[in-house]
Amino acid sequence: MSEPIIAFEKVSKWYGEFHVLRDLDLAVARGERIVICGPSGSGKSTLIRCINALEEHQEGRLTVDGIEIKDDVKAIETVRRNVGMVFQQFNLFPHLTVLENLTLAPMWVGRVPKKEADERAMAQLTRVRIAEQAGKYPLQLSGGQQQRVAIARSLCMTPKIMLFDEPTSALDPEMIKEVLDVMIELAGGGITMLCVTHEMGFARSVADRVIFMDQGQIVEQNTPAEFFAHPKSERTRDFLSKILSH
Amino acid sequence: MDTALHAPVIARPPPMRTAGPLAWLRANLFGGWKSTLATLIVVAVIARVLPEIIDWAVVRAVTRPDNAACRALDHSGACWGVIVEKYRLILFGRYPFDEQWRPLVATLLMVVMLIASCTRVLWSRWLVVAWLSVLAVFFVLMRGGIAGLTPVETARWGGVPLTMLLSTLSIAAAFPIAILVALGRRSHLPAIRTLCIVYVELIRGVPLISVLFMASFMFPLFMPPGITVDVLVRVLVGITLFAAAYLAEVVRGGLQAIPKGQLEAAAAMGLTYWQTQRKIVLPQALRMVVPSIMNSFISTFKDTSLVTIVSLYDLTGSLALALGGDANWRQFYLEGYLFIAAIYWLFCFAMSRYSQWVERHLNVGNVR
Repeated sequence: MSEPIIAFEKVSKWYGEFHVLRDLDLAVARGERIVICGPSGSGKSTLIRCINALEEHQEGRLTVDGIEIKDDVKAIETVRRNVGMVFQQFNLFPHLTVLENLTLAPMWVGRVPKKEADERAMAQLTRVRIAEQAGKYPLQLSGGQQQRVAIARSLCMTPKIMLFDEPTSALDPEMIKEVLDVMIELAGGGITMLCVTHEMGFARSVADRVIFMDQGQIVEQNTPAEFFAHPKSERTRDFLSKILSH
Repeated sequence: MDTALHAPVIARPPPMRTAGPLAWLRANLFGGWKSTLATLIVVAVIARVLPEIIDWAVVRAVTRPDNAACRALDHSGACWGVIVEKYRLILFGRYPFDEQWRPLVATLLMVVMLIASCTRVLWSRWLVVAWLSVLAVFFVLMRGGIAGLTPVETARWGGVPLTMLLSTLSIAAAFPIAILVALGRRSHLPAIRTLCIVYVELIRGVPLISVLFMASFMFPLFMPPGITVDVLVRVLVGITLFAAAYLAEVVRGGLQAIPKGQLEAAAAMGLTYWQTQRKIVLPQALRMVVPSIMNSFISTFKDTSLVTIVSLYDLTGSLALALGGDANWRQFYLEGYLFIAAIYWLFCFAMSRYSQWVERHLNVGNVR
């Protein structure tokens, strides 16, 4: 059994006075696909944002790919090169074309020459089935297309870990499918994935583990089959009944 | 309930609006009773005032440089003759009369370079080289002393060349300083942040006249004895620091408008602080505040007229010099001011139109 690629050891975080992550323990194995669900304010987004140091934790020990997340800027930059993140609001750069959005990081962080960066970018765009939009600006695309570009942008750096922060929550219902299809195909490729989402269908088909969080703690975690069929905690049952009913 | 099959309506073009100038007039100028009333009032005012203006400026005007004829007018008509008589003094200040081809050539060169720098197509390393060479030629032409040109001290430079030189150099220097100060003001390092805040608040708290005064008269007091800094340099430093403080706040406004998500996405990709600023933040922030930046530039251009306080005679100062010292022509100030106002307006209007062109061209990605 190899070292976990992500290890949370009694991690705590406060937003001012609010204790958002409470003595969290979590170990993610290499290649594992995890779906995190829970009510809003439970700390799920904060958890994954701590992994690439977008949020700073105050107590506890967090290790990502062998590197401990501390105040060290160099360590954080190394971690971020290997961790890709997809945001709810896409966060594409509106003043750059789709292709330029994708080649920016490889050229400026990875020091890849332009020609190779362009080829890599086109390969990823083809993978998410949006190659023909390469010359357009993000605001000229639909929401689903923008999110797929965002996924392709993260993949251009060939990360070891992919983080998804509610990737389909800002999309029209019709566009959710195209993004989920991309994520399912990605999951089949062996990359470590942590996904905060409300799409339980996705969790059932793809996840190795489903984690339910409430009030900054992991209340329950299990395989999807067990989680949905036999939820152990009352709180979990309550949550599932609300989101699976409609 | 209507259970007939849905018959699709084929999309067709919108109806033509009732077009033509008469329709425009009816809609825009005589749209309602308030609009009609406003139109009638404006037309009445124009009808009253315009013939008198034309009478004064064109019909009864004297364009010959004939002092007796101008005095005979007794202000019933414009005396454009004063411009014909004094234009060289107004345009070139106290520069020696015979050598005035030199500032003329220098100014034209600079204007050409400014126009060339407007299009992004020409932006390259060669443009920087060209600019440095043109500035060198400018100084050589104006200063003289080599290549057989008689030396002319900087205190005698004046008029349009001086205005152009001060504006161009101070704007070019103030812009990068402003960006650094704006970034510094948002820095997490308290020392840098405090320094930038103090700089901006100090400069914004005093009028430009006092900044020029201090730069010109107090600055040499702090220099070790024997070292004199050229008056032009002192004035340039003063105007640059002044313009940079205001520009810094304009840039900071743009920086604040960048959504936090952009910074997070850049950080998540592993971009460093300076890479993020250079490729993500500044391109978007500066695009957003182009109107304000142009506003600052136009202001700085006209602020150069305050250098009269330190005995440098730019376009405004040289007018005062040309007319103030001459008892015969002193009363025709209005025509003189209209002349230099027209010159200022020409430059400022050009900058304004350029600004709109820049906005259109840089906002390709933001227009849906």
